[in-house]
Amino acid sequence: MAKVPVQFTLNGSEKAEFVESSTTLLHALRDKIGDTSPKGGCHQGTCGACSVIIDGELRLSCLTLAETCGGADIRTTAGLAESGVLHPLQRAFLDAFATQCGFCTPGMIMAAKVLLDRTPNPSREDVVEALSGNICRCTGYEPIIQAVLAAARANSQNAA
Amino acid sequence: MAIRRGRGVAAINYPTGMNLGGDPTQALVHSTPTGNFMVTLSSVDLGQGMKQIMAQICAETIGVPTDRVVIDTADTDTGPHCMGTFASRGTHRAGNAVIQAAKEARQVMLEVAAEELEVNASDLETDGEGNIQVKGAPQKSISIFDVALSAHFKRGRSISGRGMFLIPRSYPEKETGAMKPSTCYAHACTVAEVEVDDETGEVTVLTVKNVFEIGRALNPKMVEQQLVGGSWMGISHALYETTEPYYPSRDHGGTDFNQYLMPGPGDLAETEIIVLERPSADGPFGAKGPGEMCANPQIPAVANAVFDAVGVRIDTLPITPERILRALKAQAAG
Repeated sequence: MAKVPVQFTLNGSEKAEFVESSTTLLHALRDKIGDTSPKGGCHQGTCGACSVIIDGELRLSCLTLAETCGGADIRTTAGLAESGVLHPLQRAFLDAFATQCGFCTPGMIMAAKVLLDRTPNPSREDVVEALSGNICRCTGYEPIIQAVLAAARANSQNAA
Repeated sequence: MAIRRGRGVAAINYPTGMNLGGDPTQALVHSTPTGNFMVTLSSVDLGQGMKQIMAQICAETIGVPTDRVVIDTADTDTGPHCMGTFASRGTHRAGNAVIQAAKEARQVMLEVAAEELEVNASDLETDGEGNIQVKGAPQKSISIFDVALSAHFKRGRSISGRGMFLIPRSYPEKETGAMKPSTCYAHACTVAEVEVDDETGEVTVLTVKNVFEIGRALNPKMVEQQLVGGSWMGISHALYETTEPYYPSRDHGGTDFNQYLMPGPGDLAETEIIVLERPSADGPFGAKGPGEMCANPQIPAVANAVFDAVGVRIDTLPITPERILRALKAQAAG
């Protein structure tokens, strides 16, 4: 199959790859570019582990063809920490013990980031709604919900 | 037709480890040249926090901060033998092996320190912060960093230890059948409150209140984390999850997350966790195995709550609306 060139920005850095038309963004990110923070869980859009942010929108990278991402601004969990300082969401997930095996964590954090970018002071119901596309085997979700609410509180205290 | 409320209670006890041909786990501990400690295990951390717990156990035994211990669970080909991470045995079996290995390593460490300080090893103690000092005279001390350097480059000693923990196979007594199939038991009790719609068969779990007796909680936050997740998983097994919905027929099993029902964050019941600590005599620092048992009592508690609500006994899992409606129909037919 003919390969097509695609260029996009990943966590602020320019990336250029040759991909096949059938290559998913998940595959391109993990196996070509080497950003393994998005996880391949179900590869059919039902688990949320592969969630990334494309032009500000939460997207499932396993259902997104890489060649459709030309010129896009793509954000993953790997790009959240700045100069070794964890993003408030990452800090909150650690502090709340919101991760066990960790496989769902990057997707959860991406979903939570889109929520907090739009709704800085979410209600518990807002958080549950935002995470409803992501499934977790280990935690029972409650520690994750608490972590997102804690990150929102930390953000608003920093802003004040 | 109405929404009916019910409450169910269930209590369990749950064994730690198992009894096949004996239940062994080994551990090896050695120091690096700079006085960090490496624990080599074949036991696997599945996300339950085994590496953290083994680091705590090793650090506590040797007398160093936890961040001075590195856990290597990389390779079951090259590591010391372990039966595996299952049967809620990881903390108990591997923990006991790590204690034995760490004690031996600590003894060598104290012997080397004794030579450096020109005192008797039995007069030395660790301060828990990376130093070894003379009991009652803490001004006479040496850092473990320097002890490790001395052992490696001056005295030719290996600060290391071997640990082996074995529960031998238990055979039943011929007369009575009595045997000891496992070691210490963890215990749990759950009270579940549900609402059952007797028209649709749908069950909503309102509250789940759990008490867990787990020996000693070696890391209380991680214990709480596992119990919260386990309680939810128990509810999920009671009401939603199965690979074989019409068992023994294998048909119609879920093959992906569209068909295999797993609750999301919107399906949570109000959950309460209480931990009781009754340290076990044979566990590492009194620990038992809280892993699997924390997802058990919710299942009979929900079944009992459904019975309390609508008067039918569902004895096949999961307790689906279909099963409840069939049972209600049979009950009405008398």
